[in-house]
Amino acid sequence: MSTDIKIRKGLSLRLKGAPTNTLKTAPPSTQFALKPIDFHGVFPKLVCKEGDAVQAGQPLFYSKYQDSIQFVSPVSGTVKEILRGAKRKILEIVISADKKQQSVTHKLPSLNKITPEQIKEYLLASGNWPFIKQRPYDIVANPNATPKAIFVSALATAPLSAQYDVILEGQQDAFQLGIDMLSKLSPNLHLSIGAKESSQIAQTKNCKVHRIKGPHPAGNVGVQIHHIDPINAGETVWVVGAEDVANIGRFFQTGVFDPTRTLAVAGHPLNTPCYYKSTIGASLEPLLEDVGTENLATLRVINGDVLTGTATSANGYVGYYNNTISVVPEGNRYRMFGWLPFAGSNLHSMSNTSLSWLFPKKQYTPDTNLNGEERALVVTGEMERVFPMDIYPMQLLKACMANDIEKMEQLGIYEVAPEDFALIDYANSSKIEAQAIIREALDLMNKEIG
Amino acid sequence: MLRKQIDRLKKPFAKGSKYERFAPAVNAFDTFLFVPNHTTQKGAHIRDAVDLKRTMVTVIIALIPALIYGIYNTGYQYYIQTGEAFTFLDAFLHGSFKILPMIAVSYGVGLAIEFAFAVYRGHEVNEGYLVTGLLIPMIMPVDIPLWMVGLSVAFAVFIAKEAFGGTGMNILNPALTARAFAFFAYPTYMSGNKVWVSEASNVDGISGETILGSLASGVNVDYSMFEMFSGAIPGSIAETSTLWVLVGAAILIFTGVGSWRIMLGGVIGAAVMGFLFNLWGANALMQFDWMNHLIVGGFAFGIVFMATDPVSAAQTVRGKWIYGILVGILCILIRVFNPAYPEGVMLAILLMNVFAPTIDHYVVQANVNRRLKRKQHSTTVQTA
Repeated sequence: MSTDIKIRKGLSLRLKGAPTNTLKTAPPSTQFALKPIDFHGVFPKLVCKEGDAVQAGQPLFYSKYQDSIQFVSPVSGTVKEILRGAKRKILEIVISADKKQQSVTHKLPSLNKITPEQIKEYLLASGNWPFIKQRPYDIVANPNATPKAIFVSALATAPLSAQYDVILEGQQDAFQLGIDMLSKLSPNLHLSIGAKESSQIAQTKNCKVHRIKGPHPAGNVGVQIHHIDPINAGETVWVVGAEDVANIGRFFQTGVFDPTRTLAVAGHPLNTPCYYKSTIGASLEPLLEDVGTENLATLRVINGDVLTGTATSANGYVGYYNNTISVVPEGNRYRMFGWLPFAGSNLHSMSNTSLSWLFPKKQYTPDTNLNGEERALVVTGEMERVFPMDIYPMQLLKACMANDIEKMEQLGIYEVAPEDFALIDYANSSKIEAQAIIREALDLMNKEIG
Repeated sequence: MLRKQIDRLKKPFAKGSKYERFAPAVNAFDTFLFVPNHTTQKGAHIRDAVDLKRTMVTVIIALIPALIYGIYNTGYQYYIQTGEAFTFLDAFLHGSFKILPMIAVSYGVGLAIEFAFAVYRGHEVNEGYLVTGLLIPMIMPVDIPLWMVGLSVAFAVFIAKEAFGGTGMNILNPALTARAFAFFAYPTYMSGNKVWVSEASNVDGISGETILGSLASGVNVDYSMFEMFSGAIPGSIAETSTLWVLVGAAILIFTGVGSWRIMLGGVIGAAVMGFLFNLWGANALMQFDWMNHLIVGGFAFGIVFMATDPVSAAQTVRGKWIYGILVGILCILIRVFNPAYPEGVMLAILLMNVFAPTIDHYVVQANVNRRLKRKQHSTTVQTA
């Protein structure tokens, strides 16, 4: 049943501070937050105000332009604060948790007879819908669209990222049920796993299992889609995170929205990087305290992996989609003559102008220094080395910078998401912000073409 | 310590301060000493250690062996013509005396324009000119007056580079444009038998024709293959020694800075073309052994350091092969068929610079067509 796909281009960065395979229960958080920023392109319309009591699974806001999509509270408690930024943009809805948790329970019909329409309705009403994202545009899925396929990646190749055999340990039944339900929404359900995956995930039924081999970004679902069933203009596919499939499955077991998040807290400044069973939106403070580190002020805490994550702070909250919390030191330091070839070979480089290729087994301790300044695009060929798709990344980026919609479409903009360009961010010597360029271009395409 | 001093000196150039506009010029010097403390603000949080400065400096390092030999050869050609006894040091000093002023003029004029444009456009100074500025004197005849070097540099930077939008946007290789400008504007200083040897234009007894020049005018060549390879022959300053150019090529290929595909493509193209002409053999240039074609004149220097300029070369993998092979073919073609231009490599590369975007266009178009075809296929399957 499984198909083998081999990815050749890419880069698996070896970083120090990978999580050990111990799974701890996270120390309880008293504060939670839902961040509309996690849902790119959603204009939040609030249905709660400060001081309101909310139950777990009760809507906090909905999408202004697709009002059937509800975003629900991960916890029961009181809305403590609605934090706004410039132009009154809603940044965080902070909830202080009750001691005794109460949840909204949905009454479900018999799962044997449930129709696809009913599944859709329940996912929307219960707040599970935002778990489903769509390509193109990498946004929360449009419930009115008919996807040609649904993709689930249970393979993580990004540096320091949480591994799915640990995440899904003990959640296999819920995962299978989630897959069963999703497979009713689209008959083409693809699950990708690692080439050597031996856990129970490999036995998942009601889906096509693909074994993927190769360096990062082999785990990126966009790369997998490109090799399994690429997106053509006008087509839509849906993408669901592997743990979110289990969360959806648990909802159909119990009728209660389940915001479980298994997190790898990783990074070389941490004392005991490991896995935690936590909740979407939980505050990070108790986690970071438990994992132990010094000089938090000089560190960057990232929701997600070091290549694609969003920077947050030590008193931030767990993001909606990420299974990894990465911690790296800030790199606001100077390096004298650091631009000399072969200088600073303790830093990783893909280029042979550094001696780091001499130490293929070395585990690096990176920081956030840009290692240079932004320059014009000069060097060619370095982007292609880390981009395992039949797409010309530099030509596509240039079309994006020029806002040339027709060209972007021709060059394959529908097949990519910002995360696919993360390694290009990393590797290009001109320090071009490829992910930001692609994000803007996708927004433009979404606005113009829809 | 030093860092604190610099930060103090840079204060008047900070954002919102009096001399904010000139910040790019000051930053250029500062970042020469220190990799700045900038951290990632968006996108990937960690970055590769490589940057454009390092890439460009690698090219300069690759140029140095050829440059040192060029300086020595300038003195060597002079002393064997005058018949004076000389040591390596004499030759080297004579060459330095001739060539260092040219490098100074090239950097002075070029960087002044680059800095002015950086301040005017409000972007940082790009490092590309560090390479261009060294390449220009290396491909000039040794006796060219300094003001011509300056004028060629100004022409190249203004017309070939900044007019197109600056670094990364130029169609033509700026260094070759400088040489082409001098070649067509002052032909008497760029060809003949009075410019290739130091002082030849001043002292009557001294003269020297390049091998290709001799062949074109039907004169027999009495240099051995080893002399051609090692570079003890008259020619533009640093182009003569294939040996030291190969050392540079090794550095470029090993560090991945220069495209081996273009280099190998060029050698294949030139070898095949030279071999075909050998078979034809209608005149002296056609009979000139195809292996010797690869080691005389500027071919080696051009294909290693000029054709591989990533901005003006083809940018796709397949495009690089086509581009390299065509440069090689055209180089030999121009050498053989156009005796007015005994050196074909400059014109071959400039011509292919112009066609590189076209080559890339067709390579990329193949990808676009593949995507369109896939779409048509999937819609027919759906409706069926």
